[in-house]
Amino acid sequence: MIFIQQMINGLQIGSIYAVIALGYTMVYGIIKLINFAHGEVMMMGAYFAFLAASAGMPVWAVFLISMVGSALLGMAIERVAYKPLREAPRISALITAIGMSLFLQNLALVIFKADPKVMPRIIPTTPINIGSIQISNITIITFTVSVVFMILLTFFISKTKPGKAMRAVSEDKEAATLMGINANSTITLTFAIGSALAALGGILYALAYTQVAPTLGVLPGLKAFVAAVLGGIGIIPGAMIGGFILGFVETFAKAYISGRWADAIVFGILILVLSVKPTGILGKNVREKV
Amino acid sequence: MALLEVNGLTIKFGGLTAVDGFNINIEQNELVGLIGPNGAGKTTVFNMLTGVYLPTEGTINLDGKSVVGKKPYDIVEMGAARTFQNIRLFKELTVEDNVKIAYHNQMNYNLMQGLFRLPAFWKEESVAKENAMDLLDIFDMKMYANTLAKNLPYGKQRKLEIARALATKPKILMLDEPAAGMNPYETKELMETIHFIRDKFGIAILLIEHDMSLVMGICEKITVIDYGKIIARGVPEEIKSDPNVIKAYLGE
Repeated sequence: MIFIQQMINGLQIGSIYAVIALGYTMVYGIIKLINFAHGEVMMMGAYFAFLAASAGMPVWAVFLISMVGSALLGMAIERVAYKPLREAPRISALITAIGMSLFLQNLALVIFKADPKVMPRIIPTTPINIGSIQISNITIITFTVSVVFMILLTFFISKTKPGKAMRAVSEDKEAATLMGINANSTITLTFAIGSALAALGGILYALAYTQVAPTLGVLPGLKAFVAAVLGGIGIIPGAMIGGFILGFVETFAKAYISGRWADAIVFGILILVLSVKPTGILGKNVREKV
Repeated sequence: MALLEVNGLTIKFGGLTAVDGFNINIEQNELVGLIGPNGAGKTTVFNMLTGVYLPTEGTINLDGKSVVGKKPYDIVEMGAARTFQNIRLFKELTVEDNVKIAYHNQMNYNLMQGLFRLPAFWKEESVAKENAMDLLDIFDMKMYANTLAKNLPYGKQRKLEIARALATKPKILMLDEPAAGMNPYETKELMETIHFIRDKFGIAILLIEHDMSLVMGICEKITVIDYGKIIARGVPEEIKSDPNVIKAYLGE
């Protein structure tokens, strides 16, 4: 019974990691940048949701405001911090991303202060009992909403015009431009979608843990990064798989090994993946053609 | 007025003048060759014509409108499409998607219509699919529609690149060494394809090549450059016997 209960917990936290990992992997796929500010976008998304919820807005408006606000934030970050460095060495952009992450954390600290805010219960928690297993409706909502967005994203990437433009730009930006695709607006769109997904993760996280703080994005952000690497960075289904695996590993480690060791085990996965199969579960070995 | 008018095109990289005072006029439906030894500046000319490089000096007019300073994707919209010397397909995408991507500039549905699969999305996507299939059919590649581009044989990849460029509905098609790496049989087949495209689509074609037999076989007019400068211009027979050309290719 405990096992099934933990499975369900793993599914909940795993779907949050998966949604955040998608943003990491999409941005990496298109401009080969690990956007370390992604966790902070998630945190800002949670604050946007907190503000909207505190103002008494309905649930759908909370999600909408948070996701649109974060999409705009993501686009602004790209425009201000990354676009000027498009042709610079990758390490410069990476350092900028870390700087952007620190900047956003401190910005949140100044605006919202250090003390954690209690997230209003925009969705009343009602436990659902199935036999001896108890599931929170938040768990079900988290899982359902995440899966719906993953399906939408998969369809978007594989079937629609901007989705295909994204794949084309991620493979060969110059060739895509010469086929009539505006690479810059495609990159901006990628940031917008990735950031909206981060915000979604932020809201679901805030709903699950009922708290919002300026450091909210740090650990989930890092774990989503591990999930993206685990699944194969730059590969969209990989991020989903990686997110769920990580959610399960963390929950089971907490339940059966030790709560204090759970994070160490999760980050141990990163070390293991990087040393055994750096391209991740779905990654292929890329051989550079000369 | 010619379809493509290029005058005094010059580009300098630091102290090096890669292309110096290049000019060319290409009429509607003309098949023109641009040849020259390795490193002569042929691809650099292409890169300026398609907006990849900004020329230091000179004018480029396509259908009466200047393309200098325009973004590559805007130039595509204005009617210039190209292929690459080293094949640059979207390898992880299917053959069909490669072609459909190039239809983008002709599709108008927006993000929301796409995401929620509104009628505009279905309509335009099905038109794009139909067009893509027609194009693939012309190149006898319909059966490869669902194959990943990277799994195509080399000669077919070259053809797909041309099909993809044609999908942008160009007025002028620029082919950068389309026969590179092909065997004589494939080259011959390609020559026929190029001829066929020109007649079928009624477009102008500018061809970079250093396979002399290919150029001599199909081009009506040829421009020869060496060290970034035009050294000869004329019909194939004149070029063949031009002492400057022979010198450039074979040395003194």
